[in-house]
Amino acid sequence: MIEFWNSLPPLVQSIALAVPPLVFIILYALVVLYMEMKVAAHIQDRVAYMRTGWHGVLQPIADMVKLLLKEDIIPSAVDKVFFRVAPYVVFAGTYAAFAVLPFSSAYIGADLNLGVFFLVAISSLVVVGILMAGWASNNKWALLGGVRSAAQMISYEIPTALAIVVAAMITGSLNLQEVTKFQDGGILNWVVFGGPLPLMQKLLLLPFTLVTFFILFVAGIAEVNRTPFDLPEAESELVQGFNTEYSGMRFAMFYLAEYANLFLVSAVAVTLFLGGWSSPFGEFMSGPVWGIFWFVVKAMFFVFMQIWIRWTLPRLRVDQLMYISWKVLTPWLFACILGVGFVLVI
Amino acid sequence: MIEAKTLPTNYVTKPGAIKSSSGKTLRTEEMIVNMGPQHPSTHGVLRLEIIIDGEIINDVIPHIGYLHRCFEKHAEHMTNYQQVIPYADRMDYCSAITNEWAFALAAERMLKIEVPERVEYIRVIMAELQRIASHLIAVGTYGIDAGAFTPFLYCFIDREKILDLFEMTCGARLLYNYVWIGGLSHDLPPKFVEQTKEFCTYFRPRIKMINDLLTYNEIFVKRTANVGVLPKDVAINYAASGPMLRGSGINWDLRRDDPYSVYDKLEWEPQIGKGEVGAVGDCWDRHIVRMREMEQSLNIIEQALAKLPEGNVQAALPKRIRPDKDAEVYVRTETPRGELGFYVVSDGTASPFRVKARGPAFVNLSVLPEISRGAMLADLVLIAGSVDIVLGEVDR
Repeated sequence: MIEFWNSLPPLVQSIALAVPPLVFIILYALVVLYMEMKVAAHIQDRVAYMRTGWHGVLQPIADMVKLLLKEDIIPSAVDKVFFRVAPYVVFAGTYAAFAVLPFSSAYIGADLNLGVFFLVAISSLVVVGILMAGWASNNKWALLGGVRSAAQMISYEIPTALAIVVAAMITGSLNLQEVTKFQDGGILNWVVFGGPLPLMQKLLLLPFTLVTFFILFVAGIAEVNRTPFDLPEAESELVQGFNTEYSGMRFAMFYLAEYANLFLVSAVAVTLFLGGWSSPFGEFMSGPVWGIFWFVVKAMFFVFMQIWIRWTLPRLRVDQLMYISWKVLTPWLFACILGVGFVLVI
Repeated sequence: MIEAKTLPTNYVTKPGAIKSSSGKTLRTEEMIVNMGPQHPSTHGVLRLEIIIDGEIINDVIPHIGYLHRCFEKHAEHMTNYQQVIPYADRMDYCSAITNEWAFALAAERMLKIEVPERVEYIRVIMAELQRIASHLIAVGTYGIDAGAFTPFLYCFIDREKILDLFEMTCGARLLYNYVWIGGLSHDLPPKFVEQTKEFCTYFRPRIKMINDLLTYNEIFVKRTANVGVLPKDVAINYAASGPMLRGSGINWDLRRDDPYSVYDKLEWEPQIGKGEVGAVGDCWDRHIVRMREMEQSLNIIEQALAKLPEGNVQAALPKRIRPDKDAEVYVRTETPRGELGFYVVSDGTASPFRVKARGPAFVNLSVLPEISRGAMLADLVLIAGSVDIVLGEVDR
């Protein structure tokens, strides 16, 4: 098996490694589209779609087909090149980040030494795409949405990166596969509970890791522009934000990227703090295939959390958003980094 | 103040804008954006011309008239007074009963008719149910303005129950044509009293639930406290009324201060804004006034149901309604949005010579530019939402 793999030309190897995340994103988008509608409906005392298939399970597919068949409208006054490219830039930024996610002990797209660093860097590409979309649309609401989005995502990358630093300090690695292996062997070895360190150190680390995990999750929600941080596409203020002028396939691309991003931030939080693909029961139910199961289940739990929050809370204002990032989350993270460093040194 | 105003070509940034270190005002590029008429949070076909500097609002110019239907002219060309009532329904379509009641009251005062007591009580019950339904729309859509979608649907579930009561009574769910001159179109159906009592007991905990979910939500309070503050004097100068005026801390409610019908026989309290989370007269105060008024309306309904007398639901009317020549009357009532007044002049014929409507939403809207200068774009949505405009009544 290994020999056969090594005998393949590098290009074929790359493609074979790159396809599974893409397939996963598309399948996952269908599931999460359905989940979002159903969860929202049950929160709101409704039932959502019930007609297309059993309890409307085929509705996401019907929606996809509809979006694919829709006329691709490009308004006459837009900057045509940027307008066309923007959705793909946004999606590319998200998709590229999937390369360093360890889905299981046997599968990772690219086993980079600087995996986390790559992830933070490449997901910034999304900002460029959104700014392009907002600017090229030649619509003032879209421009406002794009500018808000850029300001927000750049601000919230600071807490995200700092939270990642905390995890990297404890695990001693920036390679996400290594980070996960470090936490293997049961729920108590997860970084959120202090990692597989001596008991005394674990207990001292516990408050810092819990706070850091919480902040990473909050910053993650802000980075994917979900409520209460959904200012770039605040429908009551900016109509639809940066994607107002888009329709059909390009619009679907934005949606796909948004949902993929939703999974991405959950997956990063899970990998860094909740043991990634490792089973919570130690040896029991562990292995490469169970690894995929645990990884997806853990990440989906946080996707569900984000949906839950979205349909419950109102939205913040721009200045309040910036306040939370710079004056609340970032100082707390500095305190956490100091605390973790102190505990690790003694 | 409302009509289109052209901007001076050398429009300069207002005081308080960015200044350089030498104290010179930096000219930042301003942007004029159109909010509406097709915008999700203008609550209808209102167009707001907004002059913004980044996210800060320098000026707002409301443009109205997209829904103008010549109500007043129509009213003057009907063949009799009764025919005006369906048109009055369509002014403030979120609270039709209170509109038709106001016009019926005007006609009754001109004709000097006393309506039976049962009619008065039924009208009060209906108007207060209508007030709850209207406030539920206001509160629910306000949640959407703030970005919380879920409270909206909870509000609509409850509003649906009120609409069912209306449907049971007169067959219509939105525009009722129920209050007629000198009486009502139908008497109450059997079981109406029990079902309304059931609704009252069901709805009280729901108010608390919406309060927990939305009103006292930390983010919602942060968004609405100290935003769009309407000081007392400004509120009075702009003739604001209803929750808009009471939110600014002025205890003025026409149901108590210029009593009509049987409101003076019932026990209830007008609610005023007290500035619990911010300044008096901010958006949160206007919101909480609506929430508390719903409870007061429940009190009124329960008392009126208990006191409801038996009797006829139509007063003896002349065969053709012809008020005296040169009879004129101004009647004002408290609708969910504030003071709705009808000024009616008769020339002795069967149709009014002149009808002038003083709409609360129209008057309240005029204060919008005054309280939204210097706020942020996201605040404007909340300020406009807290005014609770219904464009059908603004434009008439």
